[in-house]
Amino acid sequence: MTQGLQPNVIALRAEGRLLPSAFGFMPTRETRLTDPRMARAEPQNRSADDLRRSSQMAAAQAGDRAAYETLLRDCVPLIRIFAARQGVPADHLDDVVQDVLLTIHRARQTYDPARSFTAWLRIIAERRAIDLLRRFGRQRAREIHSPLAFESYADETVDPALNSDDAGHSNRVKKALTTLPERQREAVQVLVFDERSLAEAAVATRRTKGALKVNLHRALKALRVKFAGKD
Amino acid sequence: MTLTPDDRLIRGLAADLKPVRRLPSPLLRAFGWLAMVAALAIGLASFADLDAVWQRIIAAPDMWLAVIGSTLTAVLAVIAAFELSLPDGSRGWALLPAPALLLWIAASGFGCLRGWIVPQSGVAALGEARDCLIFIVALSVPLSALLLLMLRRAFPLYPGMTAAIGGLAVAAAAATLLNFFHPYDAAATDLAVHVGAVAIVVAANRALGGRVFGTLIYAPIHVTEGEVAAN
Repeated sequence: MTQGLQPNVIALRAEGRLLPSAFGFMPTRETRLTDPRMARAEPQNRSADDLRRSSQMAAAQAGDRAAYETLLRDCVPLIRIFAARQGVPADHLDDVVQDVLLTIHRARQTYDPARSFTAWLRIIAERRAIDLLRRFGRQRAREIHSPLAFESYADETVDPALNSDDAGHSNRVKKALTTLPERQREAVQVLVFDERSLAEAAVATRRTKGALKVNLHRALKALRVKFAGKD
Repeated sequence: MTLTPDDRLIRGLAADLKPVRRLPSPLLRAFGWLAMVAALAIGLASFADLDAVWQRIIAAPDMWLAVIGSTLTAVLAVIAAFELSLPDGSRGWALLPAPALLLWIAASGFGCLRGWIVPQSGVAALGEARDCLIFIVALSVPLSALLLLMLRRAFPLYPGMTAAIGGLAVAAAAATLLNFFHPYDAAATDLAVHVGAVAIVVAANRALGGRVFGTLIYAPIHVTEGEVAAN
């Protein structure tokens, strides 16, 4: 399965790479899902999409990471639709998505592939959406949203003199940085100035997380030694 | 090359994926717990004077109706608890033990109105009634622990309700087992003590179990890849 960052699910679907046939190594589940007796047990008509998600979840229960990742990505737009229908405001949809993804992960042993995955997901998404609306409601009852009052409030801790001093400090730090070896400087740049996570920085610099940590550590140590005499 | 929070979470969850064993059906798991209770009943029965117990129970209709009521309440409540423990379990299951509970309460209450005393029994004094309370509560501790452990394997999204219905099952089972060592007639003190004991067990289960499930649902998750820390 592709490891692309934002795989175009629709394109993959068109290529037939997300069809249940990809999991042909599990004949028993395949036969169960198409078994007419099962169809009777599950009266609603299950769409091809739903059957595919079911078999992906079954594969995930068996430990298939690629199927699981595809399934979760496929779930995100559905969760957004289900949550929006419950009245979750657009700026909170991401919270519901994350809650539901975590719930799917922790409750994955409770899913029965003979039943509709989409229905299972819908119920979980609706419940998590209601949970969030309740939390949100409580928060709104206690806190006041007033951005203007916040912005026009004078911050007494700010001291202009301090600011210029800060600028002097940062200039000195920048100058000191230029004396560092290139790899150490790069580590400080991505991890400290760009505020990236270790994993992101590792991707950006094509180095391992361990190497980045060591470089950052050495850089900070060198800087500390440099400034120890001056400050 | 920036990852959205959803992408990072999905990658982290996929990296964290381990194969899971699918949970057996709720009915099967409920019968597993009932089998343990039955084993306990057989153990306790070996210490009891079964003839006297039998004579006392069949002496008046409200006596055996109360036993049937408490047994049925235990069976139906534990089935309801296991159904509720599924993330997509319907809240309607909570009503399943209601008819049996009504029968139990009605038969016990009717016993108080009966004008004569059942042979081989007396009306419990307060001290003896306290023994009943201790018996029900003490027997409920291991039964509750077992049930909460079993329920915990699922993922209840109604944690409080699931734990309370489980508590009802435990209290009803303990009250049923109490009949082996209960040479008293159904008097008002006795009924009050039983209601009190059941209420204590249900409330304790709700408080404790709700917390156990709550930590399960809202526990922070730490996923190594992508350094995701959510919830």
